Amino acid sequence: MTFPIGFDGILSGLLCGLVFGFALERAGFASGCKLTAQLRFQDWAVFNVMFTAILVCAVGLYVLRLAGLVDMEQVYIPTTYLWATALGGVGVGAGMAIGGYCPGTSVVGFMSGRIDGLVFFIGIIAGTWLFAGAYDFLLPMLEALPGPEAQTLSELAGVPDWVVLVALTAVAAIVGWFTARPKATA
Amino acid sequence: MSSIPGSSSCEVGAKPLWRPHAAGVLLGLGLLLTFVLTGHGLGGSGFTTALAAKSAQVVAPAATEANSYFGGMVEEGRNPLDAWITWQVIGVAFGALIGALSARRFKIQLDGPGALGKPGRIAMALVGGMVAGFGARISLGCTSGLGLSGAATLATAGFVFLGGFFISGAVFGLLTRRLWK
Repeated sequence: MTFPIGFDGILSGLLCGLVFGFALERAGFASGCKLTAQLRFQDWAVFNVMFTAILVCAVGLYVLRLAGLVDMEQVYIPTTYLWATALGGVGVGAGMAIGGYCPGTSVVGFMSGRIDGLVFFIGIIAGTWLFAGAYDFLLPMLEALPGPEAQTLSELAGVPDWVVLVALTAVAAIVGWFTARPKATA
Repeated sequence: MSSIPGSSSCEVGAKPLWRPHAAGVLLGLGLLLTFVLTGHGLGGSGFTTALAAKSAQVVAPAATEANSYFGGMVEEGRNPLDAWITWQVIGVAFGALIGALSARRFKIQLDGPGALGKPGRIAMALVGGMVAGFGARISLGCTSGLGLSGAATLATAGFVFLGGFFISGAVFGLLTRRLWK
């Protein structure tokens, strides 16, 4: 049997979402204050949680593929459109610094009782309407400078996947080591 | 003051949070589970886009069907909300609720930039949401779908997105730092 198994119905969505929402809550990502504290370099939880999760999943996929259990041809890998991918990140980063959340964490914030999470969520819907209105105007930029389809860092650098995984682990370990220490001043 | 080293002084409730690396391991395992079950990762803005298309159709059906972005999502009686991502976001909502209740962190409040009053907090949340929603459509994904899930497949796109996210977040984070006290 090889993965993915195409289990993508209601139960699958509920199950995967449940783990996702619970983990984000336990990380403290229901709090806009905590999320934006990363952007002010006062709190490294966003970086450490995200990087740890990326590594655990990436190493898991790598091992499963080596064991012949995962067919990476069946796994969705997004494609870079240099301007759009980078500028979209700029927008989501600015939105978090201003309003406290991103799309997923606004739901987590609201479900922990935060009204501002709901307001942020409504803002996302409004922002999506604005995008739809401006779509024809934006289209040339959205499709500009496409990278190779489903390109990975390993393909970009011309190295095996394990080299990228080791490099990412080193970055995560160094940042984690420096930021998981008590502050020098109280 | 939180007891976790390297964390901020934000109010997070009575019980302590998990350490970032522990929460990250659970999140990574959940993401891996999602990939092996479905072939794709976790998301957020896929749902808000479907909801935006559907709500636009309810308010202005003709204009929505004629719109070059929303049109394809609602044509021929299609319902964009009839998708895996809708159930995943419902799962996120329940997972977050269970998490908040079980740690006695559930509290109805208008959180946000502490230096601002209620109108200011609402305005910041609304504007921030609009900017993030617009941005996530430009990049075809948000922090979850592109940053987290994309990077976990080692996709260049995931890391390009995260670079833009953190650089812009840091710039706007410094500009707004006096408000978040």
